Amino acid sequence: MSDHPPDHGVTDNPWQRLRQFTAARIGLGRAGTSLPTAHSLDFQLAHARAQDAVHLPLEVEALCGDLAGLGIGEGVQRLHSRAVDRSTYLQRPDLGRRLDEASRRRLVESEDAPRPAVDLAIAVVDGLSSLAVQQNAPPFLEALTRRLAEDDSSWSLAPLSVVEQGRVAIGDEIGECQNARAVLVLIGERPGLSSPDSLGLYLTWAPWVGLTDAGRNCISNVRPSGFAFEEASRRLMYLLRESRARELSGVRLKDRTQDDVIESSVGMRNFLTS
Amino acid sequence: MVKAYHHTLGSRHYRFASLAELMAKATPSRSGDRLAGVIAESAEERVVAQMALAELPLTTFLEDHLVPYREDEITRLIIDTHDAGAFASIRHLTVGDFRNWLLSDLASPEVIARVRAGITPEMAAAVSKIMRNQDLILVASKCRVTTAFRNTIGLPGRLATRLQPNHPTDDATGIAASILDGLLYGNGDAVIGINPATDNVAQSIKLMTLMDEVIQKYRIPTQSCVLTHVTNTLEAIEQGAPVDLVFQSIGGTQATNESFGFDLATLAEAQDAARSLKRGTVGDNVMYFETGQGSSLSANAHHGLDQQTCEARAYAVARHFDPLLVNTVVGFIGPEYLFDGKQIIRAGLEDHFCAKLLGVPMGCDICYTNHAAADQDDMDNLLTLLGTAGCTFIMGIPGSDDIMLNYQTTSFHDALYARRVLDLSPAPEFERWLDEMAIFEDVARHRPSGRLPEAFARPLTRLPEGDVR
Repeated sequence: MSDHPPDHGVTDNPWQRLRQFTAARIGLGRAGTSLPTAHSLDFQLAHARAQDAVHLPLEVEALCGDLAGLGIGEGVQRLHSRAVDRSTYLQRPDLGRRLDEASRRRLVESEDAPRPAVDLAIAVVDGLSSLAVQQNAPPFLEALTRRLAEDDSSWSLAPLSVVEQGRVAIGDEIGECQNARAVLVLIGERPGLSSPDSLGLYLTWAPWVGLTDAGRNCISNVRPSGFAFEEASRRLMYLLRESRARELSGVRLKDRTQDDVIESSVGMRNFLTS
Repeated sequence: MVKAYHHTLGSRHYRFASLAELMAKATPSRSGDRLAGVIAESAEERVVAQMALAELPLTTFLEDHLVPYREDEITRLIIDTHDAGAFASIRHLTVGDFRNWLLSDLASPEVIARVRAGITPEMAAAVSKIMRNQDLILVASKCRVTTAFRNTIGLPGRLATRLQPNHPTDDATGIAASILDGLLYGNGDAVIGINPATDNVAQSIKLMTLMDEVIQKYRIPTQSCVLTHVTNTLEAIEQGAPVDLVFQSIGGTQATNESFGFDLATLAEAQDAARSLKRGTVGDNVMYFETGQGSSLSANAHHGLDQQTCEARAYAVARHFDPLLVNTVVGFIGPEYLFDGKQIIRAGLEDHFCAKLLGVPMGCDICYTNHAAADQDDMDNLLTLLGTAGCTFIMGIPGSDDIMLNYQTTSFHDALYARRVLDLSPAPEFERWLDEMAIFEDVARHRPSGRLPEAFARPLTRLPEGDVR
């Protein structure tokens, strides 16, 4: 089975059918020992898309519209980090972790009396892939709010935040301002060639500005062809309940929902050795 | 007492408040040093700092410790293991003299190897800051570092590859498919090394076993490694797992390594444990380390140093444990530390030079992320430059796309490009194996076989049917 006519300089690999078992770019064949033209251009296209995903601005109005209907807290708040644009954002992670003055004022101002504590603040943050947030945050949050509503104990929620040019730790400031016992950040992850739309979920108990990443739990690769919304929201609910019960998050809060899966996996049998 | 350093240029006087500040300001521009707030304030100040640095005696670095001796076990390691005898023949030199000496014909490969134990990471970092890219390449090409486990790594005229068959769910068939692809492209002599998607002891043991079975069944003269935390590998050894190499990411300050969850004693324990298994056939270099500029700043453990000096200090840790392999993961950390292709290329050459000068078997994960201003052309440039510099090994993955770690590194094809254009061969034992297995029809001319080698034709008939993902 050859992709190429004879005498055109390309040697196909007779193990091409292995490609059905992995998304890795195997069995590409070779021109001499170099990448054949079609595969070289395929790669360039994937890289171009991933780079575009990094620089694609979040369509904030549209996203707020999509999220407003979910009924998380009262309304959706538009916030912005101290990183004024994408170029600054990429070079100054410290600025992406803090709210700009106007955003902070907006969060704190309504706070005449001491703000009542809430169980959970949720922040949707563009991060490194606005595409991930634009496409995957609404359906994920729909699955999550359903699970929160069905939970045995009730969950009080702060108004939902949508943040531009933000990093994970910006959730700590938001949670602190909203007097939330825990904060959940949905953020666009660093785009890969085959996954420009990965959403990351970060849960932090008792958020405050200056907390380190050791205090967080993370669920990664949430997207339709990765970690599906239903399963991701199931695991997140487990972490939320455990976090609230034990009043902590991070390295001491281990995700055990996967243990059974690991134990029951069939091991490492494969065609090379079995 | 922190000592200040001074330089006068024409009528203008410059003051650098500390050796750390002088080193940082003399460093070629990069985003991580700007982020840390240690970068030179102007292009002119940078060159003045380089001029001031060039006038410093090498002995300065034995007296003015960049990270306090009392606070940091890596400073203690550097100072306590410094070989005054080896240093004797270069101790009269300034940093500027040292550059001239390294470039001169006085510094033959044999002479460089003899003074190696007298060179500290700070001396290496300092001289690298006043060297151009071609200087870094030329001197590195004179540094010979050879190590061995089941094959011999680092011989002149050789370029090894780590076969990196990562899979986002550690799927055994997916991993095996990438291993086969890599082997048939002549990759995998440095190590077959997996970054596990599920990072725990049980999963690591499964992956170690998978690779061990492949290596044994096909009698591949290479070694395997699961890139999990050193304490996980120690536990795996206790449980009887087939561990060839112990992996750990390392940094250049004690606080960086604390943030990684280990100290020097942990590494010593792991090295002893792995050596006790006696699994090497031609050598007992059992450690594999990864490094990268920016890790100390990222852990807020940089003591006000520039990121390249922190990085060079990590090589003191590496060389103390006689590793088989070390590589900088140069473009993985992202644009806030190395912004674009130019900065990544410069850092890759610096890391390779400093490590080789110190006697570390340095390879390079020539790589970039999708949010950095870099592309395949930049990687081609760095690959060609490092191949010329005598880089020990590079990564090899299918089509440059790591589908687990979401970044791009060199491909199986890229390795063959470098071997062809620079006439570099794999490790000798592995090269013979490629020939004997008929994987290559002409090993000397780097020409893979056009047909599927017999030993691998049969396994392909055992593929699961209909298991289409």
